[in-house]
Amino acid sequence: MKVAVVIFPGSNCDHDALHVAGTVMGWDVIPVWHESAELGGADLVILPGGFSYGDYLRCGAIARFSPVMDAVTTHANKGGLTMGICNGFQVLIEAGLLPGALLNNNSLEFRCKFVHLKVQTTESPFTRELEIGDVMKVPIAHGEGNYFAPPDVVKQLNDERRIAFRYCDENGKILPEANPNGSVENIAGIVSDGRNVLGMMPHPERASEEVLGSADGKRVFECLSAAYADVGW
Amino acid sequence: MQYRCEVYIQPRADILDPQGDAVKNALDNLAFTGVEEVKVGKYLTVLVEAANADAARESVDEMCRKLLANPITEDYELKVSEA
Repeated sequence: MKVAVVIFPGSNCDHDALHVAGTVMGWDVIPVWHESAELGGADLVILPGGFSYGDYLRCGAIARFSPVMDAVTTHANKGGLTMGICNGFQVLIEAGLLPGALLNNNSLEFRCKFVHLKVQTTESPFTRELEIGDVMKVPIAHGEGNYFAPPDVVKQLNDERRIAFRYCDENGKILPEANPNGSVENIAGIVSDGRNVLGMMPHPERASEEVLGSADGKRVFECLSAAYADVGW
Repeated sequence: MQYRCEVYIQPRADILDPQGDAVKNALDNLAFTGVEEVKVGKYLTVLVEAANADAARESVDEMCRKLLANPITEDYELKVSEA
C-alpha cells in the first residue's frame, strides 16, 4: 500500500504518521508538501495533526485552500482512503469532506492526555476488524476538538452508523465525565457517507507501539491493511 | 473606488460559546450585575476595489460564505463604506 502524508506549514504530527505507516506498518510512504498538485499514486492519504497555517481564522480554514487539497478532494470523491487526524480532521471538515464543525473545547483548555474510545461501527475500512464496543486507549492533544453538528446531521450520522468512535471511560461507559472537550454525544470520530473518509480528533499514530503507552491505535492501521488486501483501493 | 467592508462574525445563537461564557463568568466575578450574556466573535476589515458599494458588498459576502465565516456555527453581518 502506498501512503501519502500531507505536510502543511505548521503540521507537527507528519513524522509520527510517516513513522507508523513506513516503519511500524511497512507501507510505502510519500511525504507530500501542501503545494503539490498530486499525491504520487497513493492508496491512502493521511492529513496529520498540527496547527496548519497557525490555525489562523479557524482551524483548517486556510489549509483547505492549499493546492494539494484539490487532489485530496478528488482522491476522496473517487472513494480513495482518506484519514484526517486532529488538525487533519479539522481540515477535512472545512473542505466539506465530512459534516459538522470543531469548536473550542468547552473547558477552553488545551487537553493533552490519554482518553478511551469506544468503537461504534465496523462498517468502514478503518474499523472493519474491530468489534463494536471495543475500548481503545489513544491520546488526544487539542484545544478545538469539540465536535458539533446540527441535530438532524447527528441523527443522520447515527442512523447511517457513521460515528466511528465515542469518548468513554476505561470501562467503556460513554459518560459526560469521559468527554474531554464537550463534543455532542461524545463523538470522537466519524466517517463519510462513502465510508472511505475518516476524521478523528484522537491520535492513533501516537499509540501504535507499546513503548508509547498503548498500541491500541495500531488496530486502526491494521484494519486498513486488511481492507487493502481484501478490496484493494 | 475603494470600499472598507467591516465584517462582524458571531457564534450563532444556538451554539455553545465557551469563550463568551468564560468572559461572562469573569464579569460576574468582578461583580458587574445584570450581564445576561456575552458572545465572543471576530471583527475583520477588508479593503476592496470595486465599481460601487453593491459590488463591494457582493464580493465580501462571497468571501464570508467561502472562507471568512463558518455557516454551520457562525452568523455574519457586513457594513460597507467608502474608504
